[in-house]
Formats: sequence, structure tokens, C-alpha cells
Amino acid sequence: MEFSRVSGMTLAVTVALAVIGCSQKEEPKPQAAAPAPAAQPEVTVKLGHVAPLTGPQSHLGKDNENAARMAVDELNSQNLEIGGAKVKFELLAEDDQADPKQGTIVAQKLVDAKVNGVVGHLNSGTTIPASKIYFDAGIPQISGSATNPKYTQQGFTTAFRVMSNDIQQGTVLGNYAVQQLAGKTVAIIDDRSAYGQGLADEFEKAVIAAGGKIAGREFTNDKATDFSAILTKIKAKKPDVVFYGGMDAQGGPMVKQMKALGLKKTKFLTGDGGCTPELIKLAGEAAEGQYCSLPGVPLDQMPGGKAFGDKFTAKYGQIQLYAPYVYDAVMVMADAMKRANSVDSAKFLPEIGKTNYQGVSSKISFDEKGDLKNGAISLYQVKAGKWEYLETMGGAPVEANGTPIGAAKDAVQEAAKATAEAAKATGSAAKDVAKEGVKAGAEAVKGAADATKAAVEKK
Amino acid sequence: MYADAAFFSLALMDIFIQQIINGLVLGSIYALVALGYTMVYGIMGLINFAHGEVVMIGAMVALAVIRMLLDSGLPGIVIVLIGLAAAVLACMAVGFTIERVAYRPLRHAPRLAPLITAIGVSIVLQNLAMLVWGRNYHAFPPILPSSEHEVLGATITSIQIAIILIAALMMLGLMLLIHRTRLGRAMRATAENPSIAQLMGVDINRIISLTFIIGSALAAVAGLMVSANYSIAHYYMGFTLGLKAFTAAVLGGIGNIAGAMLGGILLGLIESLGAGYIGDLTGGYFGSNYQDVFAFFVLIGVLVFRPSGLIGEKVSERA
Repeated sequence: MEFSRVSGMTLAVTVALAVIGCSQKEEPKPQAAAPAPAAQPEVTVKLGHVAPLTGPQSHLGKDNENAARMAVDELNSQNLEIGGAKVKFELLAEDDQADPKQGTIVAQKLVDAKVNGVVGHLNSGTTIPASKIYFDAGIPQISGSATNPKYTQQGFTTAFRVMSNDIQQGTVLGNYAVQQLAGKTVAIIDDRSAYGQGLADEFEKAVIAAGGKIAGREFTNDKATDFSAILTKIKAKKPDVVFYGGMDAQGGPMVKQMKALGLKKTKFLTGDGGCTPELIKLAGEAAEGQYCSLPGVPLDQMPGGKAFGDKFTAKYGQIQLYAPYVYDAVMVMADAMKRANSVDSAKFLPEIGKTNYQGVSSKISFDEKGDLKNGAISLYQVKAGKWEYLETMGGAPVEANGTPIGAAKDAVQEAAKATAEAAKATGSAAKDVAKEGVKAGAEAVKGAADATKAAVEKK
Repeated sequence: MYADAAFFSLALMDIFIQQIINGLVLGSIYALVALGYTMVYGIMGLINFAHGEVVMIGAMVALAVIRMLLDSGLPGIVIVLIGLAAAVLACMAVGFTIERVAYRPLRHAPRLAPLITAIGVSIVLQNLAMLVWGRNYHAFPPILPSSEHEVLGATITSIQIAIILIAALMMLGLMLLIHRTRLGRAMRATAENPSIAQLMGVDINRIISLTFIIGSALAAVAGLMVSANYSIAHYYMGFTLGLKAFTAAVLGGIGNIAGAMLGGILLGLIESLGAGYIGDLTGGYFGSNYQDVFAFFVLIGVLVFRPSGLIGEKVSERA
């Protein structure tokens, strides 16, 4: 009896393994067969997408995946023809658990699956190690959320991002903390991830440069929930502003515990990782009046932004954070393929660098390192339980509908510059140039006045 | 000058007391969860890695019930108590089911098999919770009075006071159960030697199931406390909590009830004081991000000098 049971088990196990093994082999075969040209050839473009789909940041990762899926569905409904073949996009969504070790494993998996491009990852901590793997395989990678400067400083021609990096964000935040928030002493906490640490370092530099004092530098990690110990330590130094470099999963409870410990008048400031509705939900009443920054401009100030927002919310629910950027990343990749008229990674990679695309998050063009050109940083404050837009710093003035006050300010500034140049030109007796300059200046002033009028009317 | 020094040391005292209070709150929660680990290990020699997930399920169920009752017009305390009752029932059911389905069939298997099964159950419960309750964080509605009180210069909220008191009460209740009742005697007998206990007429299957049930009930209370204190519940919250509570149980002496309580409180205090003072002690070399490392260093230190934990008994190898 023992014999037959053992052999029966062995047989069952062997059959199971065989079935698993066979089913795995079947998948890559049809893909390899697809590109064979026929009458109306069809080619499947595989786009990889990586984000944490499990763990404390899974709500952000799923948000990213939904945006990528929405973009892929839209592209498929357009029935594009590239390089003389009908193109069908397929999304390979992977989970990296916000863990750098997992990120590299998943990156290798995507490379082995021969994806044409990768959108992701979400965290800088996973994007940076994975970018080496994609670069070695020549696979273009566009991240919608990785803001650590190192990502594009490695010299990889395949690395791009559709969001400003933390050098800019940290500088804006540091200046804002010292100047607008009247922060004479600033305490800094970060979660020791590549993103949190990088942003906090840039913030510290900017605060010191703006004349503020650092009250203390504390650390936590991206899975913690209890911050009473480090907040108590910070409480002793009586800071005006507490800055947190990290994600909303920690930022929310941190604000709550901060207020519960008695740091009533201290203002809380965080970067793009905490600029989510989740943070307000987690912090409850304590979130009222706190600040965050997010690269880009508000969705309804971008052409097509509101339409995207409505469509996404109807299909997947409230936008968590990076959905617009990931959507743009997929669209930019498809746009590059269209312009190169090829889905081959080697052929459309150079076209990505020449992108000039109006996305729902911003106008997208890349510099020679792969960073977003003219990226803006917007600041938000919690008012009545929601993130309210305050202002935008940096970046190109917004075109078309809905010009924000900040961009109107920029436009007026540019108009003033143009008029000044025109005046200089007149002064140097180059009459034609002067006339053109004055015309340009007048047009710019008119444009700025219209913009201000529109903004004022909007307000 | 002396006034300044006095003021300075008073401020330091405030911080110290605040850290102690933080540590006590944290430690009370760790102690409650550690009890579950220690009881199961004492009876079965099994480390129930799924216990952290039972805590999480308690928190999620309590939160779901509380949210359902939010508009019912009942006072906040009553809603929370009903949520607690629901959580306790749910966790008892989960604990009982885990034991029956995953651990009982492996009772005579080599020690590694139930260990791996426990980890497997933990993963299954985590992902089940993710499927049932989603990936997003669930906020604890602000229905409990969250007023802050000043105690000797430190701030403590009413929820935190409740946590410390309730945890102490539950631990006291458990000690009374173990040492003063027939059931407790049966549990101690089963922990000492299951076969002899069976010969003495103890139904060890029933005792083991009851152990899981009691441990899970405590886990449900701990889960509600955690979600009330931090105002969030998330399907992943049981992972780190379970790990820390297991560490606390080992620190105190696994298999020893009083050890779990002591280990829990001690671990909470060590973490709190460690995070608060590690930077100053090491001159900024180790920052507060090493607070977990500090706790584990203490654990290693204790185990090197007292391998069975602080108050654990030396268990002689069975002949």
C-alpha cells in the first residue's frame, strides 16, 4: 500500500510539473510567430509596466497600472499602423513591491520577455537599479514618477522621465519652507529610500542656502507606522516646519502623530510622494493646513487633462497620484514609435529624445540626459479635507485653456523682457529689429493681459 | 545658571517621559500579540507566523463593522465595542480554522513542515485580505474621544491610556485563566507533556483549539488597538507587527506567558528609547533609522547570555 501511494504521489507531482512547464513554454511561442508578415501583418508591441502592486504602496502602484492600461486600451482602439503593420499593444504588468531587489528581478523578467519598452518603475529606489538592466538590453524606459536625480545621471540613453527631478523639487520646497512658511528652524525626516533620502538631501541644501536652520535629521523606513519616538525627539527642538521625504503611507500617520504629540503650530511639508488623497484620509483632521509639492501642474490646467481625469475616475476610481504621468509615458512611447515608423526598440529610441508632446501632465520634451525640460513644480495645501492648488514655480507658461496665475505671472515677466529687449533694440538704432521687437513685445503684453484676465475671471 | 540647568534637565526629563510613554503604548500592543505566539509555541512547539495576519484581520473586520454602524446614531464607544465583538468572533473563527486545516494534519510531521505552512498561511491571509478589502488604506473614523492629556510634561491621548489599561487587564485576565482555572491547568499540562496530559484525561485537541482561539481573541483586541491608535488599517499591517511581536516573545522567553508580556513591554521601551537616543549616544553615526537594528541587537545579546530568553525556562531535550 505504501508503495502505490508514494508512486501515485510522484506521478501526480510529475504530471503537475509537466503541465506547468508546458503552459509556460506555450506563451512565448505565439508572440514569436506573430511578426511573420502576412497580407495585413499584425505585430504585438509588448510594453512592460512595473510598480508596487502589493505592500504599503500598492494603492499607488495599482493607480499607475490602471493608467497604463487605460493608455494601452486607447491606443488599441485607434488601430494604429506602424511600419506597414497593424499594431496591437499589450501590457505586461509586474510587481516590484517597492523593493530594489525585487525590481531588478522583475526587470530581468521583462527583458527576457523581450518587451519593446518599459513604463516604470514607480519608486526611484527600484527604477535606478533596473535602469541598468534595461540599458544593457537597449530597451527604452520612461518613468512617470521616479524623481531621484541619479536616474538620469548614469548616462543611460534609455532612461527618461516625464516628471521633474528632485534637484528642482528639493530646491523649490526648501525655498518655500524658509520663505513662504517662515521656517526659521526646520526638522527633516526621510524614509531612507533612494527617493526620500535624495529629496531630503536636496531640501536640506536649499534650506541652508535660503538661511534656515536645520533642527534635526531623523529617519524611518517605508514600512513603519509608529513615529512617536522620532517626533518626540523633534518636539524637543521646537521646529517651525517638519519636512518629510517619503510616501503617503508614512506621511499620513506621521502628521496625525505629530499633532497628537502636541506639535500644534508646526507646519508639515512633504514632496510628491505624499501629495495624495490617501494622506489626508490617514491623517484625518491633522492634515488640515499642511503642504505638499507635486511636479507638473494641476490636471484641469492642461489641455485634455480634465477629460483624462473624468475618464479615469469613471473607469478606475479616484486618481491616487501618478496616473496622469504614467498615461503620458505610455503615450510618449507610442508617439515615438509613430514618428520612427517602427516598433523596434533600437529604431524608436532616438525618437524619444526628440519628443515634443502635449501630455495631460505637462508639455513633454526631454533634455540630453532624459530629464523633462521646463518641468514645473506645483504646491498644494490641504483645505477643507482636499488638496487645494496654491502656485506653480518654474516651468514653461501653460498654453491654451486655463492659464494659472503663476504662468500668467511668467507670461507678464516674459512680456516685460520682450518689451525691454525691444526698447534696447530701438536704442541701438536698428529700426527694423526695433519695430519687430516692439510688435513682439506688444503681442506678448496682449497675450499676458489676456492670460491675466482669464486667470482673474477664473478666480 | 542653576535655573537654566534645572530648566534644561526638566526639558530632557519631559522628552524621556514622553519616550517612556510611547514605549509603553507600543509595548502593550507587542505584548498582546506576543501572547498569541508564546501560547501556541508552549503547547505545540510551533511558531505561528500567521498570527500577525490574524491581528490584521481583527483590525479590518472591526473597521468594517464600525464603518457600517457609523450612521446608526449609537454613541462612539458602543460602536467600537460592537466592532470589537465582531472582530473577536471573526479572529476566533480564523484561528480555529487555521489550526484545523493547516496545523493539525501536520502535528506529527517534522518540525519544518508546520513552520513553512505557517508562512504559507500568512501569505494566503494577506492576499485574501487584499482581495476582500482592497489595496487602499482604511482610515479609522474619528468617533473615539482623542483628547490629549499632559502627564508629567509629556502628552498622551485617551486612546493610548485606554490601550495601556486594556492590555494590562487582558494580560491579568490571561494569567488568572492559566493559573487559577481548570482550563488553565489543562493548558499547562498539555504544554509540559502532551502525551502524559492525554493519559491524565485531558482532551489535547480541544485544548489546542482553545489555545488558538484565546490567542486569536487577544489578537483581535490588539488589532483594534493598533488601528485606533494609528488610525489606519491596511492588509499589510500584520507583517511587521507579527515579526516584532515574535521577537518580543523570544526576548522574554518563548513558551512563557509572563515572558511574552515582559518581552513585549521591554521591546516597546527599547525601540522607543533607542530611536530617541541612539543618535545622541553614537554621536550621529547611527541615526534613528537603526531603531529596528537596535532592538534586534538587544535580542541577540539576551539570547547569547540567556538562550531561553529573559525568564524562559531551560527546556531539557526529550529523551
